[in-house]
Amino acid sequence: MEAFVAALTVFVLAIFIGFEVINKVPPLLHTPLMSGSNAISGITIIGAMLSVATPSPYSTALGFIAIVFATINVVGGFLVTHRMLHMFKKKD
Amino acid sequence: MNPSIVNLAYLVASILFILGLKGLAHPKTAVRANIIGAFGMLLAIVATLVDRNVLGSGTQAYILIFAAILVGSAAGAVLALKIQMTAMPQMVALLNGFGGGASVLVAGAALVDVHTAPTAQFLIATAACGIIGAVTFWGSLVAFDKLQEFLLPGKPIHFPGQQPLNLALGLACVAISVWIVTGADTSRITAYWIVVVLASILGILLTIPIGGADMPVAIALLNSYSGLAGAATGFVLDNEVLIVTGSLVGASGIILSQIMCKAMNRSLANVLLGHIGPAAGGPTADVVYGGRIKAASAEEVAMLLDGASRVVIVPGYGMAVSQAQHAVRDLMQLLESKGTEVEFAIHPVAGRMPGHMNVLLAEADIPYDKLKAMDEINSSFQQTDVAIVIGANDVVNPLARTDPTSPIAGMPILDVDKARTVVVIKRSLSPGFAGIPNPLFAADNTLMYFADGKKAVMDLIAAMKEV
Repeated sequence: MEAFVAALTVFVLAIFIGFEVINKVPPLLHTPLMSGSNAISGITIIGAMLSVATPSPYSTALGFIAIVFATINVVGGFLVTHRMLHMFKKKD
Repeated sequence: MNPSIVNLAYLVASILFILGLKGLAHPKTAVRANIIGAFGMLLAIVATLVDRNVLGSGTQAYILIFAAILVGSAAGAVLALKIQMTAMPQMVALLNGFGGGASVLVAGAALVDVHTAPTAQFLIATAACGIIGAVTFWGSLVAFDKLQEFLLPGKPIHFPGQQPLNLALGLACVAISVWIVTGADTSRITAYWIVVVLASILGILLTIPIGGADMPVAIALLNSYSGLAGAATGFVLDNEVLIVTGSLVGASGIILSQIMCKAMNRSLANVLLGHIGPAAGGPTADVVYGGRIKAASAEEVAMLLDGASRVVIVPGYGMAVSQAQHAVRDLMQLLESKGTEVEFAIHPVAGRMPGHMNVLLAEADIPYDKLKAMDEINSSFQQTDVAIVIGANDVVNPLARTDPTSPIAGMPILDVDKARTVVVIKRSLSPGFAGIPNPLFAADNTLMYFADGKKAVMDLIAAMKEV
């Protein structure tokens, strides 16, 4: 229960930070915001890596696929965001 | 490696993610912010590679991890570099889905690996992960498919009993989750995958009724779900960086869905469950348009633009469909070379995802300071000589202001009708997503320029060069 309350605290505070930070993103950049937030939600990769590193072949297999999915998010997300943000230029 | 050091690295990664999102507040800092976020991810991955659980599991685990990263990186890089900017909604839909899918798999694996008596937190979070993750994965694949118009049509699909069926599926997911939490150890894994299957069906059924112009809401909401699934995974693994990141993404998606709903003056429930359509007794197209439509040629529009001192271009999804953004850029440059001031008016729900039009116009090298949000530009239409609407319809329909019975009543619109002259580039008089006629097309100060968006703008440029 103690661990849960600690985790819940982190969860709730992070949501508040999220609201504060995201509200300042202008509509101009809403698409890069979505692709960029997808990139960081690829953080599930670290959970997937830990699943691969277990003795059970079953969870290793699940972890393997999960790493592939999460890496697509990380690499695809950061790269496409980079590509988009580079296009936003001010007048000369 | 000492677990505390790994956790400290995760803390730094969380901070870098927050800074990465914070930098998106301005285009000038955004490129660097994205790199900061990527660096945070690299740090978290490296820290996990030296985690004692991974270190202790031998070379085989490392080979598998690197192989999976290689496959994912290749797929991600190809997607990111090949995707057309017009197809960005599809890309984001896919990324949302993969995020949800990864959470389902990690929670499923954690359920196998748990040896001691699992805590209630672990079991509840695992069930939540299975439900939210599977809904996200399948919902996103359906959204992708509808945007691509691959198997399913882009328009909403409704069938009788849809809502009760969704409710039943949702309740079944919750009931089996209770079984996961309270039931015997042996049946948990089976129960988990049953929940995943049911939630998958639910994800499909929840997304098929959403179509066309409502897609931005669905994409933003699925973005939020993928974040929440990630946070649930964090509760499963007791991992703070997952919780923090999932919450950030969840918050982002919720904010974007709210903005989209507000921009349509509809509640989230109405977008997800209800369907927009012509209200009974509303004026028909014949009544609104009959004899009042003035069609103009490229030459006539060119003459009109020749004397204009301020022009505002209003892009919509139609511009994306006809890939007209580069032609629009050429038109802007030609007008500017004649001393005309040109700006762009972007409605929040123009296109198929939040910010879709901005990305397309930026791709065509249109400076971002010319891209104005609705609130910024609406007051200036009165001082605008010509407003050019290209491929937008419902977001410029004045009925939203005047007719309280209209399905789009109260929706904030771009007040293009206040411009001296409005030129609407459109292939026909067909209605937009709301299915209602648009009195703007029949207004005294409106000229209809019937053509495909890209061709229309190119012909217009040619005609202007001859004036």
